[in-house]
Amino acid sequence: MKDTLANTEKKTAYILTLPAVALVFAIILFPIFANVWISFKEVELKDIRIPEPRAKKIIKSISEDPSKIKILYKLRNSSLLQEIRDVSFQDKFPKNFKIEKLDPRCEFKKYTLKCKFGNWPAKYRENFQVVFETNDSSNIDKKGLKSTKPKLNGTSDNILLNTDFTLKNFKKVLFDNEFVDLLLTTFYYTFFGTVGSIIFGILTAQMVNQKFYGRTFMRSVLLFPYVAPVVALAYTWELLLDPNSGTLNSLLINYQVIETPINLLGQKYIDINILGFDFKLRLALTTVIMFEIWRYFPLAFLFILARLQAIPQELYEAADVDGASPFQKFFNITLPQITAVISILFMIRFIWNFNKFEDVFLLTGGASGTRTLPINVYQQGFAISDIGMGSAVSIVIVVLLLLFMFFYFKLLGKRVDEN
Amino acid sequence: MKTKNLILFTLISSFFLIFIVSIWKILATLQGLNIQNFNLGIIFIFGLLISFANLRIGKKIKIFYKSIIFSLIFVVCDGYIIQKLPLWYNTGIFLILYFFVNKINKYSFADLKEQHSTQVIFFDFLTLFGILFFSFVILFPFYMMLITSFKTQIALLVNPLDFSINFGQDFKDLFKSYFVIFKSYKFGQYILTSTIVSVGTVIITLIFAIPAAYAIARLNFFGKTFMSTSILIIYMFPAIVLVIPLYTIFSQLGLRNSIEGLLIVYTATTLPVAIYMLQGYFKSIPKELEEAAILDKLSWFGIITKIIIPLSIPAISSVALYVFMIAWNEFLFSLMFLDNPNSFTLSRAIQYLSGDAETPRQYLMAGSVIVTLPVLFIFVYFEKYLVSGLTAGSVKG
Repeated sequence: MKDTLANTEKKTAYILTLPAVALVFAIILFPIFANVWISFKEVELKDIRIPEPRAKKIIKSISEDPSKIKILYKLRNSSLLQEIRDVSFQDKFPKNFKIEKLDPRCEFKKYTLKCKFGNWPAKYRENFQVVFETNDSSNIDKKGLKSTKPKLNGTSDNILLNTDFTLKNFKKVLFDNEFVDLLLTTFYYTFFGTVGSIIFGILTAQMVNQKFYGRTFMRSVLLFPYVAPVVALAYTWELLLDPNSGTLNSLLINYQVIETPINLLGQKYIDINILGFDFKLRLALTTVIMFEIWRYFPLAFLFILARLQAIPQELYEAADVDGASPFQKFFNITLPQITAVISILFMIRFIWNFNKFEDVFLLTGGASGTRTLPINVYQQGFAISDIGMGSAVSIVIVVLLLLFMFFYFKLLGKRVDEN
Repeated sequence: MKTKNLILFTLISSFFLIFIVSIWKILATLQGLNIQNFNLGIIFIFGLLISFANLRIGKKIKIFYKSIIFSLIFVVCDGYIIQKLPLWYNTGIFLILYFFVNKINKYSFADLKEQHSTQVIFFDFLTLFGILFFSFVILFPFYMMLITSFKTQIALLVNPLDFSINFGQDFKDLFKSYFVIFKSYKFGQYILTSTIVSVGTVIITLIFAIPAAYAIARLNFFGKTFMSTSILIIYMFPAIVLVIPLYTIFSQLGLRNSIEGLLIVYTATTLPVAIYMLQGYFKSIPKELEEAAILDKLSWFGIITKIIIPLSIPAISSVALYVFMIAWNEFLFSLMFLDNPNSFTLSRAIQYLSGDAETPRQYLMAGSVIVTLPVLFIFVYFEKYLVSGLTAGSVKG
């Protein structure tokens, strides 16, 4: 009895989880495997469209004879590259129709015209014409004729399903001169974005953890950049930073801080002189990182605030008795209490920033030295239309990501052991 | 020791005064006032004098009169003698000074003698500074987004710093950008598409997630631990990696440019979060209720619909709000899958609009306001439910 109960429980569990698991498998896991497959192929954007046989039906009346009607089918192969084999054609007609002349490829049975057109090479076109006669010479319903659409079928090679593989994509990705630059840009973007958002998160969490008027309102406001749509925010920033009429540049010129506008999003380098040392700052990249910090520090803020509120007040009271200064309290009590949260946050944000696409894409489109790996996936796959290359870049991302995940879970595992 | 503390206190408070007055001056400049100089030196000296005088006077004069006197002196110098500025600007300055004097009023000579007094003062002002700084940095772009949408192209070209809104003008002129994007750019349709996609995603996600979360929370089966850990791993997986294979598959299946295609992808990407959040909540529901239900011969379906769902309405609604926000804000997949303007979502439509360099930016901003408002409204209104979910990591980004 107990055994069967356990069995039904198992069965129900599988039934309940199956839809979700199947969907996640189809849309998330399967594409990752498909990515591996595509990355070893030479595929371009134009290759992925499956060639289709198409027909456009045009109805012409013959003026001398109202009982006759001419139907013209403009047949074509939709693909400019691939042939379609064994094309078959089928169209239905009203019951009073009789065919006048039958094409040798076709047969007319049960008021249905069926044809076998054989193989169509790429770019194939044909004007196929049939004349019909009605046996009762009544008026012909042209609209009705037009509404029945011919059905066409054919088989063609799917370039994605054949087994030609190549290593060309990976060679191109990994041994390209720009690859090191690409990795470095991605690393700068990820690392400084992560560190920056965590530092701002600590500052704001420490701030909101104190009592002041309007504290809950402040907490909502701090989360605005995180919950608002990225499209709106990116365009607003672009508008603020625009070199020609942007608010920031206009303000700085108005206050005579600068003389000529700075193109914060379009200039790759800016020369900066600090203490007599000249160095080049990657300006556009810095701006994009600033946006990233601005948009994602709220997450760090929330996590750290939740942790801060869980720190027992006795610790601070004891420190007050010992006469500790605010700085000492922060470095000796607060900071050790939030290190665990920070280490987890660092990994989460690192992984997510590493894969961030929208922000950079909307702000600069990857121009002026802001091309990160995810941007490269898009550019290879859709701008250069080399799907295979795009896939190869995403495989590189997945491999790097798996490395991060490995260390992340190792770290998490360690932390769990300690507790 | 005392003089060192005194100097530090006056310096910190003066810098704070400079900061708040500067923010006010920036905002005033953006209302079209011709302010070209912050007069930082003068404000700084005033700051030093006021904070020192405040300490000196102490409690001899009532705080109310003290604040008014100091504020009036500052306003007269800043707003009338140095540069003649309108009344609303000076009222603002007056209120800022009033606030400032009230803030520094709580410190006295005796406080400055105490241990760590400079650090305490430093932290106090740092908090104040932080509140103002972050409010400004965060709200400023939103503010600019809103007021730009009410301006006209010509007005912005004439004076790129004048963002004042003339409320006296005709209602139609004020909301012109909004009328235009609804009329000529079909924004009504985009709002509808976005709403259908987001609400659809919420419904489908909940239908899939509630049973799965229940099974993971309550039932014993082979592969349960594997499933709950893989939820987290899948959640970490980046969308950009899925884009190319999904694009090719969807193209071949004819699912691109269709709402169904978006619904499938959005549901799949939000499912792991939804299951993760729901199973956490389901675990907290007492088991005894279900045991009673099993004795009553209720089926699993009955347990979920009659016990679990009514008990977890708050959790389910917070998951629903999240999924709605994720789907509403989503951009990457809508960029990849939609290239026919008839099937655009709001985000995609705004991006498409910006692709045309001729599009006036107030239209772009009006579109941005439209796409931002619902999300911010939901967020502020349901903040209490949503914040706890955010810490559970529900919004990926």
